[in-house]
Amino acid sequence: MADPRPERVRSLHINGRAVTIDVRGDRTLLSVLREDLDLTGAKYGCGEGQCGACTVLVDGAPVRSCVMPVRAVRNKRITTIEGLEQDGKLHPVQQAFLDYGAFQCAFCTSGMIMAATALLNKKPNPSESEIRASLDGNLCRCGTYPRIIAAVKAAGKALRHES
Amino acid sequence: MRANHSIEPERYELLAGPSYSFELDRREFFQFLGAGILVLSLTEISADAQQAKAEEVGAWLHIGEDGSIRAFTGKAEVGQNTRTALVQGIAEELRVAPESVTLLMADTDHVPFDAGTFGSRSMPDMLPKVRRAAATAREILIDRAAELLKVDRANLVAADGRVGEATSGRSLTYGELAKDQTLLRTARTDQGALTPASDWKVMGRVLPKVNGRDFVTGRHRYASDMKLEGMLHGKVVRPPCFGATLVKADTSAAERLPGVTVVREGNFLAVAAPDSATAAEAAAALKAEWNTTEQPSEHELFKLLKERAEARTNSTKGSIEEGFAAADHKFSATYTVAYIAHAPLEPRAALASWENGKLTVWTGTQRPFGVRRELAEAFHIPESRVRVIVPDTASGYGGKHTGEAALEAARLAKEAGKPVKLVWTREEEFTWAYFRPAGVIEVASGVKKDGTLTAWEFHNYNSGASGIATLYEAPHQRVHYHRSQSPLRQGSYRALAATANHFAREVHMDEIAHALGKDPLEFRLQNLTNPRLRTVFERAAEAFHWGKRKPGAGRGFGMGGGYEKGGYVATFAEVSADSGLKQVRVERVVIAFECGAVVNPDMLRNQVEGAVIQGLGGALTEAIHFENGKILNPRFSRYRVPRFRDVPVIESVLVNRPDLPPAGAGETPIVGIAPAISNAIFQAVGVRLRSLPMLPESIQS
Repeated sequence: MADPRPERVRSLHINGRAVTIDVRGDRTLLSVLREDLDLTGAKYGCGEGQCGACTVLVDGAPVRSCVMPVRAVRNKRITTIEGLEQDGKLHPVQQAFLDYGAFQCAFCTSGMIMAATALLNKKPNPSESEIRASLDGNLCRCGTYPRIIAAVKAAGKALRHES
Repeated sequence: MRANHSIEPERYELLAGPSYSFELDRREFFQFLGAGILVLSLTEISADAQQAKAEEVGAWLHIGEDGSIRAFTGKAEVGQNTRTALVQGIAEELRVAPESVTLLMADTDHVPFDAGTFGSRSMPDMLPKVRRAAATAREILIDRAAELLKVDRANLVAADGRVGEATSGRSLTYGELAKDQTLLRTARTDQGALTPASDWKVMGRVLPKVNGRDFVTGRHRYASDMKLEGMLHGKVVRPPCFGATLVKADTSAAERLPGVTVVREGNFLAVAAPDSATAAEAAAALKAEWNTTEQPSEHELFKLLKERAEARTNSTKGSIEEGFAAADHKFSATYTVAYIAHAPLEPRAALASWENGKLTVWTGTQRPFGVRRELAEAFHIPESRVRVIVPDTASGYGGKHTGEAALEAARLAKEAGKPVKLVWTREEEFTWAYFRPAGVIEVASGVKKDGTLTAWEFHNYNSGASGIATLYEAPHQRVHYHRSQSPLRQGSYRALAATANHFAREVHMDEIAHALGKDPLEFRLQNLTNPRLRTVFERAAEAFHWGKRKPGAGRGFGMGGGYEKGGYVATFAEVSADSGLKQVRVERVVIAFECGAVVNPDMLRNQVEGAVIQGLGGALTEAIHFENGKILNPRFSRYRVPRFRDVPVIESVLVNRPDLPPAGAGETPIVGIAPAISNAIFQAVGVRLRSLPMLPESIQS
């Protein structure tokens, strides 16, 4: 049953901006993003951290927002898929997914892109087995995995070029 | 409210004629679309053998005064990139860039009736319709230009949104040609020529998903992302098991929560609240008492399916007794398939809103008009007062033919007097949707010493009749599909029972080949005359280097193939396995596929590879476990679907036949992978696996 005096969270730092909210701290980050902030790029797919559709970055690390209480990310930097594009220019990972047609229904795409971005930020030139291992928690039911691997490799190359 | 919980095993085989009676109201059309040129694409359909043929409007296309090109179809985009392929067809015939075409899909108020997006019909049926409409519009534009420019139409060419005369350089844009027109024409798919594949400039080539940018930015709104002003969030209180009835419910505590609406009608018990957290709290506060009765369990499944069976379709050829009498060797074996779930990554979701007695629902479904009918029936209102809109949907695989979430959201919205969104949880999707049918398949065969088949007997209990006919030449055959009473709710699934039937047939063929000491490929080709099927087997064998290399220790090669829905497939697999089958991995897959002329090679490859990967799950690990009317593994941590780590090296060989019309590709490429793996495991470790999934105990921790 509900905590009679639940702790509340009144602000979050999302996509480079401080946003004001007023929600119970035990709510999931995913529900706050989707319902209170209308950031619907992160998806609900399982609610148990098994499918990765809800992946967002918290201080640069990939996090399953469907199992993350919002109070735990209060003073952290949150990045969602909506925050990747800069001034109308797609992030190299987004561009690579588009170029490689790395989706069918694309419901997994936001989570895949966020997980891949976290990987490439940490390791700009991952091997194929490193890509597989770090994305293994993200499901694509349409089976576009080989294309996603190709897109992540290409995005890594583009990012290395940029820097 | 009535919830329809019986669904035919292979629903789309029972295609009902269109319930839509279409009256051409020219004024209404142009009021909605604006002035311009409008072409309705008609197809002759045989609604019923007893009735005369009727004409059905399949699609329409409008060219506006501003040069805009808009096409309208009842097909839904469910992830197969149908939208992109149809846009390619329209752009090709109208001689314009794909970016200039807008395709409106699956909005029942604004598109022509369509039975649904399934059965791999979008390419063979809808593509010619939109192409025909576009080709007719192009000819009208040329006629108009000839009239306005006062030149011979034979000298005019349509290109890049203009019709012009090459010699004089004079031209008019499509917008100029459509100006002040309210011109309505009909086009028939069986009349008039379409651009031949040899002249294609847009079709037959790679075109990225037309609205792909919306997906990589998270901007696209699936049904579960939709939002309306003042919207409530719904939550249904589910019974503890199948077959339960609601005895009583204490709703007082839930109703005391702020802004909560409770609905109890029959066995339907649900709440709506201003946010999902309150909805969950309210649902938990409902004290419901259910009457349960004993329900079937998994351990008795195959026995039950056989006990409850009735013969439904029979197909015989020659005399099976004669066939067995002529055989030097006889074989028989039983194969089984478990129930599996579609598990689309987006669970069922709907947003429903009532305004002045009219219901509008946004939902992810493969059958927008079917869901409209379900809603009209459930609320006893005419279909004209229901509008179903399907935003490009996050996959179905045959699993989203029904409108459960739409019904539930609409019922709550009606009570609350506000729009209600309802998104099923993963557990609900795993429990209250429907499953791919389980089945038992019994095969008996007779063969001569030289490898010629003489007899083929095949009985499928419950799983379905798709792909049941043998591909191989056997002079004496008995092939029966026995309909049964399924203990669990079952329905369509990508490729339907073709997967089960191909599994049994292709594994059995392998068993015969090994028993006779024959090469499995040679044995198949010896009994196979269909040239398209022979081609895919030969092309896959070549790419796989079949017969040119031997598997190493603990490795095996296997194959499986067949045809269905206009597509021909052969799949070869290499697996590594240990004798205890603790470590089994599909290392490499070669798949050859032919479905007529290729419309978009990259998207075709995407479908073919996706089918192989999705097929790994049903082949190896996916199974719904149930006991006494309860699903025991309704979550991804207990239901193992393919992940990155499972993906083999896949090589796909696309056999292009520009001389043949394009068929669909969403389903058939899935049918060969399971038998190919089973046959490869046999070669690797000598264990014959005749049940799907083959490794059900392989549940991830």
